[in-house]
Amino acid sequence: MLARSSAETATISAAALLLSLALFGGFVALRGLNPLEVYSALFAGAFGNWFAIQYTLTQAAPLMLTGLCTAIPARAGLLVIGGEGALVMGGVATVLAGAGLTGVPALLGIPILCLAGAAGGGLWIGAAGALRQWRGVNETIATLLLNYIAIAVMNHLVSGPIRDFSQVLKPASWPIPEHLRLGDMPGTSIHWGLAAGILVCLLAWVLMRKTTFGFAVDVLGGNVRAAQLVGLPIARIVLTATVLAGAAAGLAGAFEVVAVHGFASASLAVGFGYTGILVAFLARQSPLGVILVSILLGGISASGGLLQRHFGLPDAATLVLRGILFVVVLASNTVYGRFRLFQGRAV
Amino acid sequence: MQAPTELGWWGVPIAVVGGTIRVSTPYLFVSLGETLTEKGGRINLGLEGTLVMGAMSAYATAYATGSPWLGVLVAGTVGALLGLLHGLACNLPRVNDIAVGIALFLLGTGLAFYLGKPYIEPVAPQLPSLALGAWSAYPQIRAALEINPLFFIGVALAPLMRWGLGNTRCGLIVRTVGDNADAARTLGYSVERVRALGTMAGGFLAGIGGSFLSLYYPGTWNEGLSSGQGLMAVTLVIFARWNPVACFYVSLLFGGATALGPALQSVGITANYYLYGAAPYALTLALLIWSSSTKHALVGAPSELTISK
Repeated sequence: MLARSSAETATISAAALLLSLALFGGFVALRGLNPLEVYSALFAGAFGNWFAIQYTLTQAAPLMLTGLCTAIPARAGLLVIGGEGALVMGGVATVLAGAGLTGVPALLGIPILCLAGAAGGGLWIGAAGALRQWRGVNETIATLLLNYIAIAVMNHLVSGPIRDFSQVLKPASWPIPEHLRLGDMPGTSIHWGLAAGILVCLLAWVLMRKTTFGFAVDVLGGNVRAAQLVGLPIARIVLTATVLAGAAAGLAGAFEVVAVHGFASASLAVGFGYTGILVAFLARQSPLGVILVSILLGGISASGGLLQRHFGLPDAATLVLRGILFVVVLASNTVYGRFRLFQGRAV
Repeated sequence: MQAPTELGWWGVPIAVVGGTIRVSTPYLFVSLGETLTEKGGRINLGLEGTLVMGAMSAYATAYATGSPWLGVLVAGTVGALLGLLHGLACNLPRVNDIAVGIALFLLGTGLAFYLGKPYIEPVAPQLPSLALGAWSAYPQIRAALEINPLFFIGVALAPLMRWGLGNTRCGLIVRTVGDNADAARTLGYSVERVRALGTMAGGFLAGIGGSFLSLYYPGTWNEGLSSGQGLMAVTLVIFARWNPVACFYVSLLFGGATALGPALQSVGITANYYLYGAAPYALTLALLIWSSSTKHALVGAPSELTISK
């Protein structure tokens, strides 16, 4: 049964991807471009050579974690779209924690920084979960608003209270201690966030598929009444799921600070959180699917530069493709269960 | 008489009043559009994308044709098309309207940035305004009372929509579809068609709201033009309890919250500028928390809405 439904998911997702590419092709054809050339550049920019692949994987790393931010609560029936804000809050928390760790060795300090980031994001989305559970506040709208609030709070902090005035080009926070910065993985130009992203997705898969907690989450997501009837601790499940979701996105923020920028600034809020929503939907909330889809979408955004250089397309071209893909994927929800091919082998 | 520039601290409330009127207009249009959509039982969370798309298309049209009013019309049309896309996608079985809204939010902003790239530099003709403050010697008062005709159109539209929803056949059909889809089907109305049309009309109004941003205030086109106004307007509808006239008052409240930061900045208070920028979002969230409850659905909500189930 599981294999059959994954075959259905894979087929429909692939079809949705092809349809989106076809629509995008028509869109660039309006500019007088040859769609086939654009596709080939899209592929070359994403996976064409080792350099492109490394950039793709670097883009994919935060997407795996922000993808989980939507995927985990979605399994419990909650539509959380606050990955952007949780990532930003995670980054800010990392910088704040870094201030107290100047004398701490890297082996201890870096895990503390990651925990701080996860805690920052976890509290941020967990608050939305608590509001949902005890106040009935719609979690989708609340988390979307929290994105804007998080960005405003960060802008406030980096333009004053934690500003590094030696950085004159743009407002940025003070840096984390130099010895606590994580570089790239050996032999590559891919930062350690990728390893963290894959590891956390695997852990999430184990949690969701192999533990009682994961089963309880799926029951709650499937039918609230049933969950109530069998006496599941719903408040605890909702809270745990949202805290874990936020922690994943917060960890993405921590790695953006520890492994990429070294400080917090507006470059934390570049849309990883929003693309993460699409990642979760395209992966149909499966933690393993999140890994694959993140690489795919990381590739799309990585190829933006090449499209710009070759065809003079604005860098927003990849945003258009992302938007088309999102709409098509959601609409494709309607065809699940309609094909006999995937049902025939039942029993 | 005092020298006109010596208003001192009075400059703050006057700037807030003027700013409120200016800033509230897009809120008003988007929230009226969303009210219409939600009365039919659907939520379109994508109006932020519609707003940005409307702003871009209005600016591009005004630049290309020299007519800002044509830009307003094009913005409305583009908004209606995005609304239609939302409506048609959600007409498919098992497609979630909130998720489609998020997708259209991203698609709308992406499209606007993509198509609007060439229009960031050029200067487009702006919408004219009515100088209602011409009687005053103070430039601050004159500036505050420069009011755009779109504001008055929105002000007139709010009671008109309330009357229309309450007293016309069309309004009754929309409300029936939004409150009890089965009853509407029994009466022979196509729930899907009514909802798609409601979303389309809502998109039209949101598009016009966007044209106000690019053609009047702030009166330019760039990628940072809207920062969630469309989204806040959607939330505003909850607080206005799906009442078009209340949308007007709440829009003023939101406009005031947004105008506070720039008004303080105009008299030289720049500290915590970004925190004032967060005020409308925090206000929205606070109002949402205040009006929610686990005991009952949101007061006044059409009962077919996904968030009231």
